[in-house]
Amino acid sequence: MRGWRISAVAIVIAIVAWDLAIHLSGNTLLPGPLAVARALGELAVSGRLARYAIASLFRVTWGFALAVVVGIPLGLVLGWFARGGRTIGPILQFVRPISPLAWIPLSILWFGVGDAAAVFLIFIATVLPLTLTAMHAARGVHHVHVEAARNFGLSSAAIVRRVLLPSALPELIGGIRIALGIAWLVVVAAEMIAVNSGLGFLIVDARNAGDRYDLVVAGMVAIGVIGLVLDNALRALANSPVVSGRRA
Amino acid sequence: MTAKLEARGVAMTFPGPPEVRALEPIDLDVREGELVCLLGPSGCGKSTFLQIVAGFIRPTSGTVAIDGKPVDGPDRKRIFVFQERGVFPWLTVADNIGFGLADLARDVRAKRVAEYVELVGLRGFEHAYPHELSGGMKQRVEVARALAVDPDMLFLDEPFGALDSMTRLSMRSELLRIWQAAKKTIMFVTHDVDESVQLADRVVVMSARPGRIRSIVDIDIPRPRDLSSPRYLELRDGLLAEIGLAHAI
Repeated sequence: MRGWRISAVAIVIAIVAWDLAIHLSGNTLLPGPLAVARALGELAVSGRLARYAIASLFRVTWGFALAVVVGIPLGLVLGWFARGGRTIGPILQFVRPISPLAWIPLSILWFGVGDAAAVFLIFIATVLPLTLTAMHAARGVHHVHVEAARNFGLSSAAIVRRVLLPSALPELIGGIRIALGIAWLVVVAAEMIAVNSGLGFLIVDARNAGDRYDLVVAGMVAIGVIGLVLDNALRALANSPVVSGRRA
Repeated sequence: MTAKLEARGVAMTFPGPPEVRALEPIDLDVREGELVCLLGPSGCGKSTFLQIVAGFIRPTSGTVAIDGKPVDGPDRKRIFVFQERGVFPWLTVADNIGFGLADLARDVRAKRVAEYVELVGLRGFEHAYPHELSGGMKQRVEVARALAVDPDMLFLDEPFGALDSMTRLSMRSELLRIWQAAKKTIMFVTHDVDESVQLADRVVVMSARPGRIRSIVDIDIPRPRDLSSPRYLELRDGLLAEIGLAHAI
């Protein structure tokens, strides 16, 4: 609670400093906090803020859910069977440093301008980190735990369910949190190019349709706030006793 | 009388490079209900031998038979107790102890778990997670988890090695109490001469790499053992000499 109060004070100070800096310098290249607040109000009243936020969250949900459903089982299998990891691992390591944004031209070619292209981009951007995290988590399962489970006569399926999954869970949640952050970064970029709605589109559109930089910054603030909420939700999950309270 | 466990010509070479000869051919019989200590310096292959008889490692040559049947893998009638590392950190004490009892009805399992919680003195800690326990308590969780499935044999690989010396002493007497109450056959690996004389019916002394049996010493001190009796000191000094350690500092 105290930490929360300190953060709130820091935010207020930053906003005041922002306002003072704009006034004292006479700068016109950045809108001040009041103009941004008015722009947020305008977006909220017109309903665009909610509509665009929902559009962005919709794309993230689908792309990210697909990536979780594909990447985590794939990574667990690759990590669990050492040979699988050695075979596929180098390919994953090669694709990983390619920025997800480099996939924009191909995704538009394959899916056209629309939701599918954005969903695909988010999927591509998050499936690899999720796969690699799951691979690492499966490899990190202590062999003593596996041997103990075998000793008690567990089948392979039971070992996966009762040793691999619980053992990998904390690392998986950590990886999901990081990947969701990436998804939220990528959706904005995808919407600037591949679709006609969403918070990323709002930013490009506000500039193109009359240099409304107050709307641009309002869009940025909305993106930041939603990103923070998503991250905090997952952090709460990661710290919940169900996931990690059980280990030091 | 037939042996509970018969090891014949058990040898182990780990493929290299470099190839490591861990065990020279070993013959050993263990009687039903016996408590045997494998004693030797680090790297003498005693843990390897224990993992072979437990069925975790296949020997390069030789055979192990338990109750006359060849060992071809781990079995829930014979539980291996790792150092406390074997406790599952994501399960509570009660769920760890009940881990091998998944096929029992819930109420039967709960009753059995409560019984073994009691036996190892962990009442009040049923719902604690391992990271909330001391090393000695985690060790007791592992012993209880092993005993709960009612095995014939226990294999203990330096189970008290990571504990402080006072906890170690009380764990030894606890193990002896459990062994006498539960009538299991126990093989116990240690590099601690005192530990072997305090616990064992027989001490199998192993020599350094490649491991082989140097001698087998009967510990003929009646239990409970007096740790300052002349016979105790005589046996301990004999073992120290046997593994090449002087008994004066």
